[in-house]
Amino acid sequence: MSDTSHSAVFVRKTMLPPEPAPARQTGLSKWVRENLFSSWLNTILTLAGIAVIWGLASHFYPWFRHGVWNAASLPECRQIIAARWGEGATGACWAVIHARWTQFIFGFYPPELFWRPVLTFGLMLVAVAPVLFTQLPRGMLKFSVVFPLLAIWLLWGGSIWPVVMIAAGFAVGYLVARILAHWGMILAILGAVVAAVLFWIFVPGPVDEILGRVAPIALEPVASRQFGGFLLAITLGAGGIAMSLPLGILLALGRQSDMFLIKTFSVMFIEFIRGVPLITLLFVASLLLNYFLPPGTNFDIILRVMILVTLFSAAYIAEVIRGGLAALPRGQYEAADALGLDYWKAQRLVILPQALKISIPGIVSTFIGMFKDTTLVTFVGLFEPLKSIPDSIRADISWKGTYWEHFIFVGAIFFILNFSMSRYSMYLERKLKRDHR
Amino acid sequence: MSEPHIERPVDRSKLQVSDEVAIQIENMNKWYGQFHVLRDVNLTVNRGERIVIAGPSGSGKSTLIRCINRLEEHQSGKIIVDGTELTSDLKNIDKVRSEVGMVFQHFNLFPHLTILENCTLAPIWVRKVPKKEAEETAMHFLEKVKIPEQAHKYPGMLSGGQQQRVAIARSLCMRPRIMLFDEPTSALDPEMIKEVLDTMIELAEEGMTMLCVTHEMGFAQAVANRVIFMADGQIIEQNNPFDFFNNPQSERTKQFLSQILGH
Repeated sequence: MSDTSHSAVFVRKTMLPPEPAPARQTGLSKWVRENLFSSWLNTILTLAGIAVIWGLASHFYPWFRHGVWNAASLPECRQIIAARWGEGATGACWAVIHARWTQFIFGFYPPELFWRPVLTFGLMLVAVAPVLFTQLPRGMLKFSVVFPLLAIWLLWGGSIWPVVMIAAGFAVGYLVARILAHWGMILAILGAVVAAVLFWIFVPGPVDEILGRVAPIALEPVASRQFGGFLLAITLGAGGIAMSLPLGILLALGRQSDMFLIKTFSVMFIEFIRGVPLITLLFVASLLLNYFLPPGTNFDIILRVMILVTLFSAAYIAEVIRGGLAALPRGQYEAADALGLDYWKAQRLVILPQALKISIPGIVSTFIGMFKDTTLVTFVGLFEPLKSIPDSIRADISWKGTYWEHFIFVGAIFFILNFSMSRYSMYLERKLKRDHR
Repeated sequence: MSEPHIERPVDRSKLQVSDEVAIQIENMNKWYGQFHVLRDVNLTVNRGERIVIAGPSGSGKSTLIRCINRLEEHQSGKIIVDGTELTSDLKNIDKVRSEVGMVFQHFNLFPHLTILENCTLAPIWVRKVPKKEAEETAMHFLEKVKIPEQAHKYPGMLSGGQQQRVAIARSLCMRPRIMLFDEPTSALDPEMIKEVLDTMIELAEEGMTMLCVTHEMGFAQAVANRVIFMADGQIIEQNNPFDFFNNPQSERTKQFLSQILGH
């Protein structure tokens, strides 16, 4: 290149070694400067924030510090606080939690039977583990399938045979589905539902009686009205979560279906449920449902409430999943079709794994919301932990006047449970974050 | 003509066409709503043919090959693939789809599955092949497209050219008798087009029946035995590649060729 001027030629002879960054550019001082004091406005906001935090902490800290754990009543709490911290000092009376914590956890479940809900809870952790963590052996899932029925028997007690009959109904439905699957999935599902319902209507009555006499395996029965506290909240929440996810998936697929009737039904169901307050549905569960059922049938109140809570959250989940389905490119459906996968296989193997992954944050938010909403069952006279149980504790003259202690205790437990769900969802998102797109 | 992407010599003696009919399309029409996309299309494809379909965008060429495995439904006329007529009968559609492989412009690999799982999914779930056997077949075809070392990666970690070769391997794992290519190189960077075309040439040399919508005219000249030119949803002209490029008959074809080859 003859026209290149000679002054532009440069050849490096020595390489420069890397040097450490200046102290102002690293460590804590950099973080503080960039995040807290980067401008005049930010400095003012930082100082104002510190003032608010100090104000709140200095106001509430003494109340926690003066807390009393051992006392027989609220007046006794107050005496102890006054003696220890001087006249006029305020303090928490944790003694009420200490004295009545079993009521927060179990409601009015008979104390000599507490081992049953505790055992159920432990087994629930075992049943849920393989679902949450795929690295556990897949064989454990067999227990997860059986667990719900075992839990029903352990919690409500009574003869084991009605529960076995429920299981048998599912088995009959499954068999019918397997036989009919040859002629199409829709027919198989319908056939299975009809067969199971017919089985449950006609078979259990007489069979239960006979088996009950031949092999009387039974636990002491506990009525639904005796359930309360977190036992009730977790029963409703876990049942609702377990049932609303599959139902929500089916509704989301139904809403996308080409079949007019299925699509219309799904849209109407979702829009109706989302348009009505949960409390309305709970009143339907507690009052109206009995009018529609044949006289004499006594449909358990917890079961009724659980069904409506499930329907409620399923409608929301369906919409969350619809968002995930809509986010998938058309090419994924086309590639699955072109490879010869039929509708259900394409959904199960290609579409849903991706759509659900996108929907995880929304699904978990819905679950958390639903779990907190279980406290609304106070309006249909069930003893949920946030209002009904504290009300019943305050009915005792010794604890009349304790408010914050209940809220803080119940709130803390709700927080721990919901925060774990939220953390789990973040763990799952990270684990599934495979595609580097 | 300048065509940088074909360097590999094509052994034309291997390219044999049999008398057996693979695809028969008779008086086929298709509408999108009121828009008449495909108008009275007639086409017979024999086994072993390599047909390149060219034409301006919106001419219906992609729609035509998407009708052949029923990704699009036609409203009148007949499409018979390997002796099976495509109707709304799902059994026939599934049968045709498992005989016909398809490669898309945007690869459409399943991002949540590894390369190997992408290749074994359909054989295992549609053909009911045992997992081990399906994996062996998959590795065989991944070696053929020259990326066996990527088998345990996810699609997002591969380059576009590699992804498209995986997509071809994935289709081949179903042992199709016919392959459809819908602009397989249009979404690729120039340096990756060659590796995909090489894979396609190899396939042609093995006697695969291929229908290929593409703008790679070098590929058409080297491999195709027939070039079809479409415009406005109709087949305007079809001929062997030599006469098609050197002696186009219709004005529409001449105009199209001067546009894509002129500069």
